[in-house]
Amino acid sequence: MADAVGAARPEECPGTGSAQAGSAAACQGCPNQGLCAAGAAGPDPAEAAELRARLRAVRHTVLVLSGKGGVGKSTFSAALAHGLAADEHKQVALLDIDICGPSIPKIMGLEGEQVHQSGSGWSPVYVEENLGVMSVGFLLSSPDDAVIWRGPKKNGLIKQFLRDVDWGEVDYLIVDTPPGTSDEHLSIVQYLSATHIDGAVIVTTPQEISLQDVRKEINFCHKVKLPIIGVVENMSGFVCPKCKKESQIFPPTTGGAEKMCQNLNVSLLGKVPLDPQIGRSCDRGQSFLSEAPDSPATLSYRNIIQRIQEYCEQQHSQEEKMI
Amino acid sequence: MLRVQDRAVHQCDSGWVPVFVGQDRAVALMSIGFLLERPDDAVVWRGPKKNALIKQFVTDVAWGDLDFLIVDTPPGTSDEHISTVEALRPHRLLGAILVTTPQAVSVGDVRRELTFCKKTGLRVLGVVENMSGFVCPHCSGSGIHDSLLFFLLQECTNIFSKGGGEELAKHAGVPFLGCVPLDPQLSQSLEEGRDFIQEFPKSSAFPALAHIAQQILDTSQQSS
Repeated sequence: MADAVGAARPEECPGTGSAQAGSAAACQGCPNQGLCAAGAAGPDPAEAAELRARLRAVRHTVLVLSGKGGVGKSTFSAALAHGLAADEHKQVALLDIDICGPSIPKIMGLEGEQVHQSGSGWSPVYVEENLGVMSVGFLLSSPDDAVIWRGPKKNGLIKQFLRDVDWGEVDYLIVDTPPGTSDEHLSIVQYLSATHIDGAVIVTTPQEISLQDVRKEINFCHKVKLPIIGVVENMSGFVCPKCKKESQIFPPTTGGAEKMCQNLNVSLLGKVPLDPQIGRSCDRGQSFLSEAPDSPATLSYRNIIQRIQEYCEQQHSQEEKMI
Repeated sequence: MLRVQDRAVHQCDSGWVPVFVGQDRAVALMSIGFLLERPDDAVVWRGPKKNALIKQFVTDVAWGDLDFLIVDTPPGTSDEHISTVEALRPHRLLGAILVTTPQAVSVGDVRRELTFCKKTGLRVLGVVENMSGFVCPHCSGSGIHDSLLFFLLQECTNIFSKGGGEELAKHAGVPFLGCVPLDPQLSQSLEEGRDFIQEFPKSSAFPALAHIAQQILDTSQQSS
């Protein structure tokens, strides 16, 4: 996403990052007024330059979104990170911007780790040599510490994560978000507009109550011009390990993600069945893909991850052709 | 979930009229869902706008005489939570119920929620462990009662593990209100806006929900 304002910026523009963005007198008639008013226009040129410099060695960025909480978004982000990092020639970074509920450190087996500073910035915490993680969880001294912050403070930390973390050369930056369409989501889109986001993966469960929120999330992506890589349907059926029969714990009363994706012309990347081992691996901070390589859920994850890679590589080669 | 998604909110002299659910009008509901032009509209608001609406929901809705006001919140400890506590503080705030699933990852977030309650002086009424245990309908319908199958059933019942919520409550010194098992019928009822309590009184989730409600009623009577 290039700087949306550019040459159309009015003379008295209050600045795309200012509190009056979109609502000052000078904004009337500016083609970007709508974007600014929604808070998604992009950082100011100085900030943008800083972020661009820091993130220039990041080849692909994928946002993992969900409309609803509890659908397994962080679980999926962790699996995506592990899956991509299985290729030791790829450098993967996982950024957790769920400021109030940072689950990534636990899921990645990094609870209790702290962030170190060096001359070149904050160092990510490495799970493997080629898989680095950053989360507010690493800045808290106790698992009981609560981050009771309003939006502006959360936005400030997200900007710091992008500006001050020495990510180095990264093939894939995965950003795990909290559920919803609020400060964190606007901010990450805004700050990353300085560079490039390949797209968003939206995670849901099969229920209509979850799909309702996914439609809003898709709406959000359209509003802020964020490409949608596709939708992942999590907790999609349960195969009993004893009797091997399938049951629907979260029944897809309105056709599940498959029907919704058809209706909205969005890709369904795949369906991941419920495997009790997934929850256990998360709780123990171990990679589910390694712990249960033969699970049908692992097969689903791997197929989905491959599709995401193909999407990103395709975008990249299209852009190279355009240059 | 309550099958009133097509209703609209009207104004009266004393403010916004909430949407009443059911024939007996025992439940009044207010949600931003009623204010959207289309159900798929995303509410892409930063904190200040959300805070303003929350204050309005408390002060500008003509709730009338209420025995209980229940506030459903999003996950987290941010704008919505801070604003809700601030807006409700003058109004006899009984306390908070914290809902977790049994897994450590969920419990980890609720620990922080407990700290939020402590810091904001919000009383914790208790912890509920949701999606706690699941009985495979094929296995449990088999009608075989030998001890080996019972053992196997125990193994296959814990999709999201079990016990995390109770341990958390003990660790934090707050009441444990109970476990609500994962019942696909409950999920289906909510999807279809049907009254679960009426339709599935034999469900494993029903006694759990009833017990939790009773504990809240008891607590509120003790407080007054």
